[in-house]
Amino acid sequence: MRPAGRSETESLYFKYPHFDAPAIVDRNAEHTAQRVAIVGAGPIGMTAALALAKEGIASVLLDNKATFNDGSRAICIARPSFYILEQLGAIGPFLDKALGWTTGRTFYRGQQILEFEMPDSESEKFRPMYNLQQQYIEQYLWNAVSANDLIDCRWQSEVTGVKDIGDTTELTVRDPHGEYTYDACWVLACDGAHSPMRKLRGHRLRGENFEGRYVIADIQMEHDYPTIRRAYFDPICRPGGTALIHKQPDNIWRIDYQLGDDESTDDALTEDSVRRSVSLLLQEIAYQGNWELEWWSVYTANTLALDDYRDNRIFFVGDSAHIVPIFGVRGLNNGLADAANIGWKLGWVLNGKAGEELLDSYTPERRGATLDVFANASKSARFMTPNTYGWKLMRDAALSLALTHPFAGELANPRQMTAFTYGQSPAVIIDDMPLFDGPAVGALLPDHKLPDGYVSDQLGEGFTVLCFSETLYTALTSVIGRTAKGLCALNLSQYPAVFTAYSADENTAYLIRPDMHIAARWQHATPQKVIDGFQRVTFNLEEAL
Amino acid sequence: MNPAELERIYETLAHKLDEVGQGDSELYLAKLVLLLAHSVGDVDVVEKHIADAMHGLKITE
Ligand SMILES: Cc1cc2nc3c(=O)[nH]c(=O)nc-3n(C[C@H](O)[C@H](O)[C@H](O)COP(=O)(O)OP(=O)(O)OC[C@H]3O[C@@H](n4cnc5c(N)ncnc54)[C@H](O)[C@@H]3O)c2cc1C
Repeated sequence: MRPAGRSETESLYFKYPHFDAPAIVDRNAEHTAQRVAIVGAGPIGMTAALALAKEGIASVLLDNKATFNDGSRAICIARPSFYILEQLGAIGPFLDKALGWTTGRTFYRGQQILEFEMPDSESEKFRPMYNLQQQYIEQYLWNAVSANDLIDCRWQSEVTGVKDIGDTTELTVRDPHGEYTYDACWVLACDGAHSPMRKLRGHRLRGENFEGRYVIADIQMEHDYPTIRRAYFDPICRPGGTALIHKQPDNIWRIDYQLGDDESTDDALTEDSVRRSVSLLLQEIAYQGNWELEWWSVYTANTLALDDYRDNRIFFVGDSAHIVPIFGVRGLNNGLADAANIGWKLGWVLNGKAGEELLDSYTPERRGATLDVFANASKSARFMTPNTYGWKLMRDAALSLALTHPFAGELANPRQMTAFTYGQSPAVIIDDMPLFDGPAVGALLPDHKLPDGYVSDQLGEGFTVLCFSETLYTALTSVIGRTAKGLCALNLSQYPAVFTAYSADENTAYLIRPDMHIAARWQHATPQKVIDGFQRVTFNLEEAL
Repeated sequence: MNPAELERIYETLAHKLDEVGQGDSELYLAKLVLLLAHSVGDVDVVEKHIADAMHGLKITE
């Protein structure tokens, strides 16, 4: 919502573009044979289109609006998401504009009880977290989408029906010129939390609703404070409640505050009430300058997900598949990982580089990630908005004790997002090496600094084998050329520091997937084992060495 | 801890609980448990005490 007199897309600092509907000739043009339709051009739909395009797969991207989503919504982008954006060639403007941060401070009744640092170091390419308004996220993704010939984006095009016809899925699309059908061989439903696609297919999200309600308000002010997440428990202005403050680019500040049980949502959302609540919190942090109200909204904490992210030839991606609480900032980040995951897999299947069974790993990997998010987020939610007598008493005890004993303050540490480890997936090779303490199978490969860049810069377009000896590297490169399309080898043997980082000796090898997750590891690698492993996780078993 | 020492703790707590009063005594006791747990340092021992303290309450009768 915006102050009286301003429309939903009239921002103090951002100009929302207007997108026309496609011309009739364009939308009736011949399709390519491999037709992937993506429903929804929010951040997740655009990311999915870019991930497919990276594999050379064309898509049509349909969105019912004529511009980006209104309001700044999701503002925290985590490190793993920056790797995704980098791989998709979209990272440039994100690095220029977003505010990186590592520190959080927690206050109880005005006194600081915790300062936490998220893991970061010289050898990390990206900061653990970045703040950037969602409309910039969408704008920068759109820059990459609109520059890509493989993506046919159709604005003002609403999907109103879906039907399975043999091996195709027929979408009914309505735009200002009328209605038409589009036959897709695969569909990615990226149509958001209210997902009409989910409803058209008769699916429901299942899970829990938490009681805490937060008002999220963005204000513009010249406030001199670094990019540090501040959390306030039991502030004077909201006895018993909580509030969060985040810095964003363009002098925009995100203020989240919890509503009390006695406050009605409708009353709390009036402009007067938002202004009053914000100014009381600003008084409490001793800000005395001017400020302008930009945008506000309300948020409740839910942990809801689909049981299966796939229905025949339709995949649910992003908020259409799951809704997670804001604490721990996983809504957007989780969706970006979904999009990258289905993007490379579908691309590999359509290119004939992987068997169709690879697609069956999408639900276990990404639903697994969501359930992990739920476990963490529920923990945070119970600390931020405890909903039973016991949780509340223990939370209050921890906070009160933290005033004098820092160890208790650690209980307030929100433990921000890390990438999920696909430890049980069919698209990794589960191993049993209790004495090997290198990064685990299914984990996102920890990056490492090299004299000239990072390990991640050296990875190939497809799968990459990390080799730690010249011998293995040479042996592998000679067989790969003949047998394994989409696999390349990387020789790390000349970098001693990397051996420690990956607990490697000269016989070690790691197989890295296109999404940078570890598909397999060997302590005694041979070219044969590596090629077999590659064929197994890409479901290309018939190909012999 | 000998019986006299335990008695001393017993009396101190009684005085403190009177001083804190009913309104805040639950919070006070919960803080005390966290503090003691932290100095005991052994999760299994603390969990056992937490379970033991349930005996004799209405819910377990
Ligand atoms: C008010 C609000 C505040 C939020 N605040 C936060 C926050 O503070 N932190 C956080 O992490 N997350 C937040 N989120 C969540 C975050 O915005 C989402 O996780 C993220 O936008 C998910 O992206 P998505 O692409 O899956 O869905 P969306 O961004 O919802 O995109 C879905 C797209 O599909 C389009 N669409 C829908 N139906 C159709 C159809 N039938 N045909 C064609 N197109 C269709 C929509 O127009 C939209 O563009 C917030 C969300 C909202 C709504």
